[in-house]
Amino acid sequence: MEIVSKEILAPRIVKLVVKAPAIAAKAQPGHFVVVRRSEKGERIPLTIADFSREAGTITLIIQEVGKSTALINAMEVGESFLDILGPLGTPYPIEKLGTVVAVAGGLGAAPLYPKVKALYEAGNKVITILGAQTKDLLILQDELKAVSHQLLITTDDGSFGHKGLVTALLGQVLQTETVNEVITIGPVPMMEACCNITRELGIKTVVSLNAVMVDGTGMCGGCRVTVGGETKFCCVDGPAFDGLAVDFKELRLRQRYYSAQEKEAYHNHHHGGEGCKCHAN
Amino acid sequence: MSRQLMNKQDPEVRKRNFEEVALGFTEEQALLEANRCLNCKKPFCSQGCPVEVDIPEFINKIKAKDFQGAAAKIKEKNSLPAICGRVCPQENQCESKCVLGKKGEPVAIGALERFVADYVANLANDEIAPVASIGCKAAIIGAGPAGLTAAADLALQGFDVTIYESLHSAGGVLQYGIPQFRLPKDIVAREVEYIKKLGVKIETSVLIGQTLTIQELFDQGFDTIFIGTGAGLPYFLNIPGENLNGVYSANEFLTRVNLMKAYRFPEYDTPVRVGERVAVVGAGNVAMDAARTSLRLGAKEVYIVYRRSAEEMPARHEEIENAAEEGIIFKFLTNPVAIIGNDNGEVTGLECVRMELGEPDASGRRRPVEVKGSEHRFPVDNVIVAIGQGPNPILLKNTGGLVLNKWGYITVDPETQETSIPGVFAGGDIVTGAATVIAAMGAGKKAARQMVEYCKKKKALVG
Repeated sequence: MEIVSKEILAPRIVKLVVKAPAIAAKAQPGHFVVVRRSEKGERIPLTIADFSREAGTITLIIQEVGKSTALINAMEVGESFLDILGPLGTPYPIEKLGTVVAVAGGLGAAPLYPKVKALYEAGNKVITILGAQTKDLLILQDELKAVSHQLLITTDDGSFGHKGLVTALLGQVLQTETVNEVITIGPVPMMEACCNITRELGIKTVVSLNAVMVDGTGMCGGCRVTVGGETKFCCVDGPAFDGLAVDFKELRLRQRYYSAQEKEAYHNHHHGGEGCKCHAN
Repeated sequence: MSRQLMNKQDPEVRKRNFEEVALGFTEEQALLEANRCLNCKKPFCSQGCPVEVDIPEFINKIKAKDFQGAAAKIKEKNSLPAICGRVCPQENQCESKCVLGKKGEPVAIGALERFVADYVANLANDEIAPVASIGCKAAIIGAGPAGLTAAADLALQGFDVTIYESLHSAGGVLQYGIPQFRLPKDIVAREVEYIKKLGVKIETSVLIGQTLTIQELFDQGFDTIFIGTGAGLPYFLNIPGENLNGVYSANEFLTRVNLMKAYRFPEYDTPVRVGERVAVVGAGNVAMDAARTSLRLGAKEVYIVYRRSAEEMPARHEEIENAAEEGIIFKFLTNPVAIIGNDNGEVTGLECVRMELGEPDASGRRRPVEVKGSEHRFPVDNVIVAIGQGPNPILLKNTGGLVLNKWGYITVDPETQETSIPGVFAGGDIVTGAATVIAAMGAGKKAARQMVEYCKKKKALVG
């Protein structure tokens, strides 16, 4: 559970390599873990962004969006999580499909990376589209480049690569390539927009959802998502789902249910509280 | 002499706090109550105890003011007395067999058990002499009532025992399900500590079926395995609007409040949201717990919505009475058909139909039948679904050769609790479907006895 290396990938985005041999031994692309930082802390689901069975480590990439992620990102090498449970979820099935387009938005590059790597190693032609708001927020560029036949980069403000949204690039790629599958991970509106494009073209599209959950083992049912008219539990049935069947509107609303409480906790954390050192960097 | 009653917190006060409702016997009350016991030549009370506690003997020790002796007597059979004294349905078990109950009120066995358990807990901690190892290793999956009981019994037989628990703290439903005001968590922690003192190791945050498999546990050298994973998959109503914000499974709601301590947000980081009006669907103990928890989180009106009538409610009488005293409103013969929401995806109301009771169904209870044209709505901010749970599939689907019944629970030999995999035993809700703490403990005890036999035979064969 000890952090063996820490790297700041972008403002408020940290990569932690954590000693967790039992989890690393079983990890597959698509798996996630649930971590706790402290006794009073939340149970936080985090995708396994990479793993090494030899080193017995898993890689977690965390963006500070509230109190809990701020506390995690303030951890240093040598410190330990209170507990890490995993690997959880249903792995993303890796097959040789032909040509796959992988679309990452912002932090979505972290959960996308192990899948891209596995698809590449399975002999697929992989075209990766990486997008972020601005140059500083682009992560895993080199890593993705190493496991993609083509890497296209776009930023909303044009500070690096193309200017605009990932959907524009996706549209272009789909015009020129025969694509067997699209996999897209990022903010909900981005995944929804990608699915709107692929739906028209009838291309199978996989998304990975980050629903609010507590235990991560199917016990609470808080992570309910509607897929194809049926209720699924993101933690055990997912987190990867058929994007063309996901009810994104419901998902967006459900992700916002605790936003007032999250803001309150974050605010308290910044003004007094538990000796925050998250802005030391 | 009439039965002693435990003092309780005043309903108007307790409905706004998470302190324990029932305050326990004083020493004087315990002595008065113990002396009501007739010490029958042929006592029936112990026959009503799923874990076979020698009830007359522990009551005799109370009469003699030997409270430590009384606690030791109980612990010969029951490793979780402070818990059982609080949450067992004694009225259907030991106390239902008490001779005094035929003409009057039975001895308050549960309250006496609680008294002695709490009495010794307040004394300086006594060390437990380690039991000589017999060279057998057992793995227990799930640190709930069944697993803790099996683990304690095996440790007392000289087994090397490790419990694997998927959550971050031990106790299972005692930890995440039953609220603080009915079962304080420091008492759960105390009983778990006792089991650790017996030599049991508890590995939390390990999900068997994902982190490790049953086969890997055997490969690691465990001789026998007990599965006590509980019924951990919440059922929903499958009605429109169930994924609106403000709809909780009772599991999620109670886990947030009890395990994650959301009632102390923002001191604790996990939030829970309760509005002014809450409808809890179902009428079992879990429903009562969810309803009473909602009140304590500030709800002004809390309804129990139940499709059958008062007589069919599965909750313990005591819990129904406590809920009613606190002002919970019971809507009987009312069945939800849709949850109504606003544009923000939040719950605003519950649509129900009225029911009437028809012929008895498979459960022996009269089947509720919908009254045509009786649709009606009432405003609520939350709906908590407490209609039961199914088997959690994670371990089951990742364990080859494990035979399940048609409902997805583990099939066991009813005599031995052994599953279709030799050396793997199971008990509690994962075998029976959702039942009681004490039934799970009884199954854990029964399985432990067979696990001892199994290992003795195995060692004898190996020589």
